[in-house]
Amino acid sequence: MPLLTVERAVAGYGEMQVLRGVTLSVGEGEIVSIVGPNGAGKSTVMKLIFGLLKPWEGSITFDGRDVSGTAPEKLVRLGLSYVPQVDNVFPNLTVEENLDMGGYIRNGSLAEQKERVFELFPRLAERRKQRAGKMSGGERQMVAMGRALMLDPRLLMLDEPSAGLAPLLVDMIFDKIVEINRTGVAVLMVEQNAKKSLALANRGYVLATGQNQVDGQGRDLLENPEVARLYLGG
Amino acid sequence: MVQSTGSSSARPMERFRRAAAGRTGMLVALALVLAAIVVVAIVKGVPGTQLLSLFVRGVLLGGTLALGAIGVTLVYAVLKMANFAHGDTMTLGAYLGLVVVTLLPKGAPLAPFSFGYEFLVALLLVIPAVGLIAFGLDQLAFRPLRARRSQSIMFAMAALGLAFGIRSLVYIFWGADFTFFYTGRARPAVELFAGVRVRPDQLFILGLAVVLIVGVYLLLERTKIGKAMRATADNSDLARISGIDTKRVILWTWLIGGGLAGAGGMLYGLDVQLRPEMGWWLLLPLFAAVILGSIGNAYGALAGAFVIGIVWQMSGAFINPVYSQGIAFLVMIIVLIVRPEGLFGGRK
Amino acid sequence: MTALHLAKAALLAVPLWLLLSSVMRFKPSWLRHLASLAVGFGAAALITLVMPTGLLSYVTTFILMACVYAVLSVGLNVQWGYTGLFNIGIAAFYAIGAFTSALVTTKMPTGLNASFTKQLFGLGMPFWVGVLAAGVVAGVLAWLVGKPTLKLRDDYLAIATIGIAELVRLFFQNERWLANGPQPLRGIPQPLSCLSGDGCGWLPGFVNSFFAPLAPRDYPYIYVAIVALVLYLIYRVLERAIRSPWGRVLRAVREEEASAAMNGKDVAAFRMQAFVVGAVIMGIGGALYAHYIVSIDYSHFDPLNGTFLVWVMLMLGGSGNNRGAILGAFVVYAIWSGTSFVVDALRPALAAISPDLPSRGPYLRLLFISILLVFIVLFKPKGIIPEEKVVSLDRDLG
Repeated sequence: MPLLTVERAVAGYGEMQVLRGVTLSVGEGEIVSIVGPNGAGKSTVMKLIFGLLKPWEGSITFDGRDVSGTAPEKLVRLGLSYVPQVDNVFPNLTVEENLDMGGYIRNGSLAEQKERVFELFPRLAERRKQRAGKMSGGERQMVAMGRALMLDPRLLMLDEPSAGLAPLLVDMIFDKIVEINRTGVAVLMVEQNAKKSLALANRGYVLATGQNQVDGQGRDLLENPEVARLYLGG
Repeated sequence: MVQSTGSSSARPMERFRRAAAGRTGMLVALALVLAAIVVVAIVKGVPGTQLLSLFVRGVLLGGTLALGAIGVTLVYAVLKMANFAHGDTMTLGAYLGLVVVTLLPKGAPLAPFSFGYEFLVALLLVIPAVGLIAFGLDQLAFRPLRARRSQSIMFAMAALGLAFGIRSLVYIFWGADFTFFYTGRARPAVELFAGVRVRPDQLFILGLAVVLIVGVYLLLERTKIGKAMRATADNSDLARISGIDTKRVILWTWLIGGGLAGAGGMLYGLDVQLRPEMGWWLLLPLFAAVILGSIGNAYGALAGAFVIGIVWQMSGAFINPVYSQGIAFLVMIIVLIVRPEGLFGGRK
Repeated sequence: MTALHLAKAALLAVPLWLLLSSVMRFKPSWLRHLASLAVGFGAAALITLVMPTGLLSYVTTFILMACVYAVLSVGLNVQWGYTGLFNIGIAAFYAIGAFTSALVTTKMPTGLNASFTKQLFGLGMPFWVGVLAAGVVAGVLAWLVGKPTLKLRDDYLAIATIGIAELVRLFFQNERWLANGPQPLRGIPQPLSCLSGDGCGWLPGFVNSFFAPLAPRDYPYIYVAIVALVLYLIYRVLERAIRSPWGRVLRAVREEEASAAMNGKDVAAFRMQAFVVGAVIMGIGGALYAHYIVSIDYSHFDPLNGTFLVWVMLMLGGSGNNRGAILGAFVVYAIWSGTSFVVDALRPALAAISPDLPSRGPYLRLLFISILLVFIVLFKPKGIIPEEKVVSLDRDLG
């Protein structure tokens, strides 16, 4: 049984509908990538899953339980973690404090988790007392992901992790995503950089105008000429 | 590098403005204001000891102001709301303290202070009480507005309604006249140093204010809820996403903000007097301190409170003391024009 | 129907006529005015005949003060309702208008009086000069205050205006040489008071004889007609103004500052214009008040009466439209006055609870109004007459 399923989700902001029936699933330990043109509703799906929006129709299931519209505070306890595309760090808090916030709901010491994050991102270890808001884009993204990993989530959701990063850093971030996945964390990511993200994904979904268009194995989608022409920007 | 040597009059003006708006520029400006006050006072023949006394009084007043200012800035940091009812929250604290002091059997004054054990008991009771009341009022008046994502004016109107409502209750129960915690008690001043005289009460007030402020500092920096408050103030959406219970954060914000306000009101009432308008009249200096110290920044509010207190008291040396509050207002306006993000701000 | 009734009815017909011709909407306007005048006079005559004199007097003074507050409310509507400027310092412009008109229309005190009353100047000008001067001075103050503060955001502008109002109040309280503060400035002339006295020399005989039955204590009947007329003129001018291109820009400035700026309009200039226009109107309101009350001091313009009440009026009536502002003024003033009756009626009950309580009646009323404001904010934020809003879509879709 998949870890996360979204069934025919319909949702929007205020009166404006964005999702017109989206279905997807993420299995244990998988990397799943959502790609598609701008305005397709990719970020909206993420916000919907993480309880920042309520679904108008459809359902969301995580680990066997219905979590449609459940508040983020509760989802975090179930093992779901989310990195938004923007404003994804606490700018006036240090790197270390950002990680502390990530592990907030856990009582007791967070030292072990922090060490693991610092092993994953050695750059952060050097800068643990630096304010997150003063760091470069790539470092901020690392802090953002580190924060999300503090509770050992089962599923990590990333909204455009490579956005605004230089190509070298993009590769680095994707390498890290693979590394994280190897420790058993499933990853669901929305990505503008369709090629690179589909290359490392087990499976992918192509979304456009709030609906599923194509889905399949990551590699297959990459090599599918139709998909490439319509959605991957050549 | 090619340096253009155009000598348009705008260029040096622009450079000056930008320099003035920088943080060091602001500090220099403040220092100049203080220096100017001193110079004017000396020119007008104000004796040095009096100036020094006023400076010390300013520091004392700053401590009391800080209690209110920190509350205002915390509420703003976490809830993004300018709480115009905060002054009257201080009034509420003062008068609730008066109730306790009046109801308890009168004890002897605790030498060398003018107050007795009743005042201390009142402080212990009033601080949490006002904190809880402030939270209750928030749940009644502000929470529905937050849920509706109302415009900031709605919050301000609600706050004004609460402010006038609290004040009217004070008027109803105590009338419009001023009163004191302890009537008819001698309050002699002692000499501190260099001819500067202060009352022991005032030293207690400053001391207590410092203790409370240190307590808040420890809470914000060392405790989990304090860090959660700072995180929520920094990025409330991300705080939610991280699983922080914003409801608890809001509760503690009001407990601390309201509690400090209650204490500040009692201390101010002890030092000066109690009257129904006392809090409303402090609203302007409070906000001046908060804005000077960068709204949302608790340490800035602390610094701002001392600066405002000093400027307020010292300017009373040569202008009608009634208007020295206007000096605080002037400082605030200057800050708002030149560097609205305050001394410690870097936000957009 | 006595001659006295007739005289009173003629005067009361004026506010009724103006009200009816604003509410009825048919054209041509001369027909509308004629019809309103006829119906208004009829209604006024009926009321004058039927109502006991005391009650009629009270109603007249009520309408009078409500009109003054309506002027303030309309002024605030220009600043807040149309342009989104958060002014919590209404009392400053109210006060400065009142004192300016007082100083312009009274004469410098001479002889024995001079030792009691100190004022900066006294020009002895007629009423309408005072009113205009009040507007001008209030406008100038607004310009001075607005220059540094209008570009601030909401909360900061609010605090700045609170500060200004407090400073103005302190000034009039402490600076004796200016307007006799804290003592009241007395003897403010009442326009057309000669009509209820010995007759006005400059008016034709038949007018004087028509109003001859009026005694000096009936002056409010004359003044209510004047105030209603001023309110009506302001209302008509503003209604025209907001439908003009200028008014449309104001609304654009309030709703969508970014795009108005991109249209090339100088947003800051428009905000200043709205602020000044609103302040001018508030100053006129102050002048109207001064000539009614005859004797003013700083305490008349405290935050409660000068600022708080007006905001409650605008919020209840519905900000963003002038009818709402005027309606709100009447409704809230009615509530405010009504509570006075309630508190009076409850005197024995209050005295039973505590002997001090009856004298604190005004504060009970203040408590009531404060709670009312909170209720309005929570349950009816758009007021009784909401404005039609245009929703702008600006969403970032993922």
